[in-house]
Amino acid sequence: MVYLISIKLRDDYSNFIFYLSPLVAVVLTLFFGSFIFLILDLSPIESFKIFFISPISNSYGISELFVKATPLAIIALGLSYCFKNNIYNIGAEGQLTMGAIFGGGIGLLFNDSTSIFLLPLMILFGAIGGAFWASIPALLKTKFNTNEILTSLMLTYVALFILDYFVVGPWKDPAGYGLPKSMPFPDAGRLPVLFDGLRIHIGVFFAIIICFITHIVYNKTLFGFKLRVSGLSSKASQYAGFKYKNLIFYTFIISGACAGLAGLFEVSGPIGLLYRDISPNYGFTAIIVAFLGRLNPIGIILSSLLIALTYLGAEDAQLFLKIPSAVGFVFQGLVLFFLLGTDFLNKYKVSIS
Amino acid sequence: MNIELIIGILNIVLISTTPLVFAGIGELVTEKSGVLNLGLEGLMLVGAVTGFITLVLTGNYFYSLFFSIISGVILSGIFAFLVLNLMTNQIATGLALTIFGIGLSAMLGKKFSGTPIEGLNPYYFITISFLLVFLVSYFLSKTKSGLIVRAVGENHNSAYALGYNVIKTRYMTIIFGGIMSSIAGFYISICYAPMWQEGMTAGRGWIALALVVFATWKPWRLLVGAYIFGGVAIMQMNLQAMGVKLPGQFFNMMPYLATIIVLVFISSNKLRLKLSAPASLNIPFEKNQ
Repeated sequence: MVYLISIKLRDDYSNFIFYLSPLVAVVLTLFFGSFIFLILDLSPIESFKIFFISPISNSYGISELFVKATPLAIIALGLSYCFKNNIYNIGAEGQLTMGAIFGGGIGLLFNDSTSIFLLPLMILFGAIGGAFWASIPALLKTKFNTNEILTSLMLTYVALFILDYFVVGPWKDPAGYGLPKSMPFPDAGRLPVLFDGLRIHIGVFFAIIICFITHIVYNKTLFGFKLRVSGLSSKASQYAGFKYKNLIFYTFIISGACAGLAGLFEVSGPIGLLYRDISPNYGFTAIIVAFLGRLNPIGIILSSLLIALTYLGAEDAQLFLKIPSAVGFVFQGLVLFFLLGTDFLNKYKVSIS
Repeated sequence: MNIELIIGILNIVLISTTPLVFAGIGELVTEKSGVLNLGLEGLMLVGAVTGFITLVLTGNYFYSLFFSIISGVILSGIFAFLVLNLMTNQIATGLALTIFGIGLSAMLGKKFSGTPIEGLNPYYFITISFLLVFLVSYFLSKTKSGLIVRAVGENHNSAYALGYNVIKTRYMTIIFGGIMSSIAGFYISICYAPMWQEGMTAGRGWIALALVVFATWKPWRLLVGAYIFGGVAIMQMNLQAMGVKLPGQFFNMMPYLATIIVLVFISSNKLRLKLSAPASLNIPFEKNQ
């Protein structure tokens, strides 16, 4: 008997399965995750409790969940513009860093200010910084057709070194015992928190507003329509007379501005100053968030909460299970593997005869 | 500056650059066949930790290298299955591999962090790395199989029409890249450091990725590029040690800036197309369309 496996593009492409597959991926990840806990000689049920339930079983935990989800959601919402257009901006980490440098720089420049305009100015410069950094790969792509994946990735490391230069050099806090960090931002430059004693800040509202705007842009505007068309076929988009190069440029700028905004929120919110490690890989993890949320604004909000939970769970796992917090990365990697894998079954029909 | 100091510096450059050559040459072959693997950093870390754990447990360098390579085969095999059979997005899959590898290596290595080991003489691997560049260069330019790899990377549809097995070829090149990355990791934790520490490859995977582009997908240029990148890093450290006031960060960002300049250079002019990336890079091959 000879079995032939044939793979065909599905003609009955299902929207239901399209939105179901992230759930399948999450379930598969949990299943595999319990194997990992078993290998490490830990009880899977107990570990899952510590990882996924206890971190959000009190108000502090829930606040922290939003603190982590906010930058992820904002960056991923921005990235969805690029990804919808089939443009791969993978340099959000760098754009986030540049946003923190620009916006944070304003905070340090006016460090004795008490003006209510300081924070809005910092937010504006945060977005400008991110957009500026994203405009470099965008310009290189539109002018010279340079591969945006590689340039945006390379620029990430350049941005990290620039931040490093500032915090060990000109912006180092003279009263900071020589540590590589800036002086704290003035109170007027700090992002207001929503509740006293918790770190959840007004960035959450920005995430919700950006989600709302994005939803409208994708569903009700010509720009959103153009994005979808050129994402499906750049040739069709050019044939229809859309200015494809402009689309590339705008999507890059939008995603860069969002990442920059997220970076500024991090430094003027939970952190309060500039130092080397302002982001635990948010810019890269947001790529997972965007894919897991299926580039859908509401999906992205949901997936940002889930991925934020892997950060929190990993911190608790380090405290209580004595395993490195990098275990969160294992879950993030797994969930993306499974999501990409399950997509295959939605896109193609496999038959064995 | 005396002659001994110069020889000392050259020696350090030689020792510290070798992992870039290994990881870079592996990625070069993978990319030549039209697949972009962004998982180098993850592959290197897992290779490093597997080699280290095996050495602590068995005390045998051969087993250590063997299991390190096995880890590379398994992880790059998963990557290959996803991007080739399931036709997933190469960028996303590669990033997933890196993120997964960072996490996995940290988890596996936790118990072994700080365990002292006796390092292996790096000169074996330094010698092998030069030999490897020669072999890969010969393979790609002078052998039939090398020609097939390049054909698959330039235009997979034509290569398929000519009867070459695109999927099989890419499996081979991806796994070769995986093995080279894991050897680079092994070298770092067993010969170069020698120790295990979370995230110890310190971004070398990304530099290796930059290196392939910087070398415009040519093995010998990759070797030269690796020593330029490695040399700049060591020179900066030495200058700072001698008290020269220089912002080291600007040296550290040079490999990335140089790569961007090369990218712009090769993509801005159609006449330079010969230098340029394999034409099918990052485009999935769908057989039944």
